[in-house]
Amino acid sequence: MIVELGHYALILGFVVACLQAILPMIGAARRDLVLMALAGPAATAQFWLIAVSFGSLTYAFVTSDFSLRLVVNNSHTLKPMLYKVAGVWGNHEGSLLLWVLALSLYGAMAHWFGSQLPARLKARVLAVQGAIGAAFLAFMLWTSNPFLRLASPPMNGHDLNPLLQDPGLAFHPPFLYLGYVGLSMAFAFAVAALIEGRVDAAWGRWVRPWTLAAWLFLTIGITMGSLWAYYELGWGGFWFWDPVENASFMPWLIATALLHSAIVVEKRESLKAWTILLAILAFGFSLVGTFIVRSGVITSVHAFASDPTRGMFVLAILAVFVGGALTLFALRAGALEAKGVFAMVSRETGLVVNNLLLTVSCFVVFIGTIWPLVAEILWNRALSVGAPFFNAAFMPFAIGLAIVLPIGAVLPWKRADLGRALKPFAGALALTVAAALLAYAVTGGVSTLGPLGVALAVWLVAGVAMDLWQRCGRGTLAQRLGRLARLPRADWGRAMAHAGFGAAIFGIVSLTTWAVEDIRVVNVGESYDLGPYSVQLVGLSDQTGPNYTAEVAELRVTKDGAEVAVMHPAKRTYPIAGMATNEAAIRPGIFGDIYLVVGDAQDGVGYAVRSYLKPFALWLWLGGLMMALGGMLSLSDRRFRVAAGARRSSNVAVAAE
Amino acid sequence: MKRLAAVLALALLATPAIAVRPDEMLPDPGLEARARALSQGLRCLVCRNESIDDSDADLAHDLRVLLRSRLTAGDSDEQAVAYIVARYGEFVLLNPTTQGANLILWGAGPAALLAGAWLALSVTRRRARAPEAAALSPEDQAKVKALMENTRV
Repeated sequence: MIVELGHYALILGFVVACLQAILPMIGAARRDLVLMALAGPAATAQFWLIAVSFGSLTYAFVTSDFSLRLVVNNSHTLKPMLYKVAGVWGNHEGSLLLWVLALSLYGAMAHWFGSQLPARLKARVLAVQGAIGAAFLAFMLWTSNPFLRLASPPMNGHDLNPLLQDPGLAFHPPFLYLGYVGLSMAFAFAVAALIEGRVDAAWGRWVRPWTLAAWLFLTIGITMGSLWAYYELGWGGFWFWDPVENASFMPWLIATALLHSAIVVEKRESLKAWTILLAILAFGFSLVGTFIVRSGVITSVHAFASDPTRGMFVLAILAVFVGGALTLFALRAGALEAKGVFAMVSRETGLVVNNLLLTVSCFVVFIGTIWPLVAEILWNRALSVGAPFFNAAFMPFAIGLAIVLPIGAVLPWKRADLGRALKPFAGALALTVAAALLAYAVTGGVSTLGPLGVALAVWLVAGVAMDLWQRCGRGTLAQRLGRLARLPRADWGRAMAHAGFGAAIFGIVSLTTWAVEDIRVVNVGESYDLGPYSVQLVGLSDQTGPNYTAEVAELRVTKDGAEVAVMHPAKRTYPIAGMATNEAAIRPGIFGDIYLVVGDAQDGVGYAVRSYLKPFALWLWLGGLMMALGGMLSLSDRRFRVAAGARRSSNVAVAAE
Repeated sequence: MKRLAAVLALALLATPAIAVRPDEMLPDPGLEARARALSQGLRCLVCRNESIDDSDADLAHDLRVLLRSRLTAGDSDEQAVAYIVARYGEFVLLNPTTQGANLILWGAGPAALLAGAWLALSVTRRRARAPEAAALSPEDQAKVKALMENTRV
C-alpha cells in the first residue's frame, strides 16, 4: 500500500513537473502574473510529492519488502540498517529517484529563498527546473521504475554489492547528486537570462551562491569517493581516471571555472556570454556524466548495469536540453554586451587564464574519456585510454593553474602593474625554491615530480598567506590582526579553498612519488621491516559479521622496539552476494599512513602480505575538505547568502511590473 | 589429480587475491621493477579499466607471469610490450599510442589551449581598446550605487 502510494506520488510529481515547465513559461511571455505565480507552489508540490515517493521506497527497503523487485535485487534481511537505507540509492532506479529528489529540492529552494527575484526571471528559472524534472521523471517512469512488484516474492534478497557496504560509499552518492543537480540551477538561470536577453551584476549575484553550493557538494562527493577507493579497493589507489570518476570530475572543473567567471560578471559586468556558456556546459557535463554512468557505453568499474534504451533516453534528454540551450545561446549571446573594460594585466585577465586552463583541462579529460568510443565507431579500433594518458595530458594544466593562481588572486581589478603585483612575492618565491631543494635533498632525488609538487604546494600556501597579510593593511601587529579577523568570510573562504588546492597537490605528489611498497609471504610470528618500522604477523582469527564472515589478521607495528600500532586487516566473505572483499588496515597520520593488506594463505606456509607507507596521504583528503570548507565559508558570507541580495530592490522590481 | 587441482583453483577464485602475488615476483629486483612499471601500463582485459598491476583477476595474473617470463628471457621493455600487444591487441595498452588517429587525441589538449589562448587574447585586446566612457551609462552607475548600498545592509 505504502509502495503504491509512493508510485502514485511519483506519477503525480511528473504531472506537476510538466505543468511547472509549461504554464509559467507561457505566463512569462504573456506577462500573465497568475500563470507566473504558479511556478513557485508547483515547485514546492513537486518536491513534496517526490519526497513522499522517496520515503516510501526507503520504507520498502527498511522493512525488507521483497515483493519489490528492486529490494530483492539489492537488499537482504541480515544487512545492517545503515546499508538498508543506503541500498535505496545503491542501484540505478533508486539513485535516479534520489537524483530527481535533489533536483526538486533545488527547485523548491529557488522558490523558498527567491522571493526577491524579479517575477519573470523566477518564473522562467522554475519552468526550466520543471522541464528538467519532467524529463527525468519520464525517464524513471518509462525505463527505470523503482516500484515494480514481483508476482511471487522470494523469501530473501540478493544483498547489496559488498563493495558498496561501506559508510564512505553510503554517503558519497547523495553528495555527488546534490552537486550534479545543483548545477541545474546555474543552467536554469542561464537559459532564463538568454530568453530574457539580459545579464547583469544582479544575475551574477543570484547565480553564484547556487553554483557555490553545487560545487561544494561535488567537492565533498569527489573527495569521499576518492577516500573510499583509497581504503576499500585494497592497494591505496585514490584516483583511476575511470570514466565514471571523470564523469564527476568534468562538471567539477567547469563549475570551478563558472564560480570564478561569475565573480567577473558580478563585480565588473564582463565575460557575460562566456559565463552563460559555462553555466550551460557545467550542467551539460553533469548530464554527460549521467549518460556515461547509466548507459554503459563506456566500460567502467562503477557503472550500473547497462541498458541501451536507458542510454538512448538520457542521450535524448542531453540533446534536447544542452542542444536547445546552446542554440538559444547562439541566437542570443550577441545581445549580452559586456560593459566592464579591463586592461591586458588585471584580475579579469587572471580569471580568464583560470577559466582557459580549467575548461581546456576539462576538454582533455572529455576527449580521453570518449576516445575509445570514437575510435571504435569511426575506425573500428578497440583501444584503451587509461591513467598514463590522463596523467600526462592533465598535469600541465594543474601545474599551470597552481603557478598562476597566487598572482592572479592579488591583481587589482581593471588595470594592474605586473611588476608591482609581483614584488611582494619575493619571499614566497624564496620559500618555494627552498622547499623544492629540501624535498629534493631529503628524498635523495628519486624523482623531479616530487620536489616540483612540493614547490607548487608551498607556492600556493605562501601566496595565500601573503595575500591575507597584505589585506590587513599597515600598522602594528595588533591592528593588523584585528583587520585580519574582520575580513569578510568570502575572503577567508577563498584563502581556505586556495590553500586546500595546495594541500591536495602536496598529498597527491607525496602519495604517488614517495610511497613505499612491500609484498611478501609472511609466516605467523614472523617479522619484517617496512621503512623505519618492524611489522610482526601475530596471528589470524575468524570473526562473523551481520552478513559476512571474516578472517582477521593481527599485525604489530613497532619502531625501535616501541609499539606503534596493532592493526587488523581482514578478508571478508559475503556468502549471499557471493563476493569477497579485502579490508585494509590503515593507521592514518599527519606524516603518512601505514597501510596493510593480508591476502591468501600461500601453500600453507604463510600469508601474502602487502604493506605500504603512504607519506602525507591525509593531506589529500584534508585538501579536499579545505576546499569544501572554503566554499562553505564563502556561502555563509552575508553578502552572498542565498536569501540575501537585493532585498530592498525587490520593491523596485515589483513597482516596475 | 587434475580434477583436484581444478577444484582447488575454483576454491581459490572465491577468495580475493591481492593483485601482485609474492610467488610471481622475480628474484632480480631490477627486472621486477621493470615488470611493475610495465604492468601499470597494461590493461586487464576482463576488468573494467584496471591495470594488470592493480587487478585481482586471474587473467591479470597470467599476463603478469607472461610479461615476467618475457623479461627474464631477455626481451627489452618495448619487445615485451609488443609481444603482448601482438597477442591481445591495442586494447591492452592503457597509454594510447601516437599512431594514426590517436594523434588527434594527443594533440587535442595543446590545440585547444592554443585556440583558447588566441581567442582570449583577441577578446581581451578588443576589451582593452574599447572606450572606457561608454562602459558605464548613468543608469548603470545608479544600478551599481543601488547594489553597493544593498551590500552594506
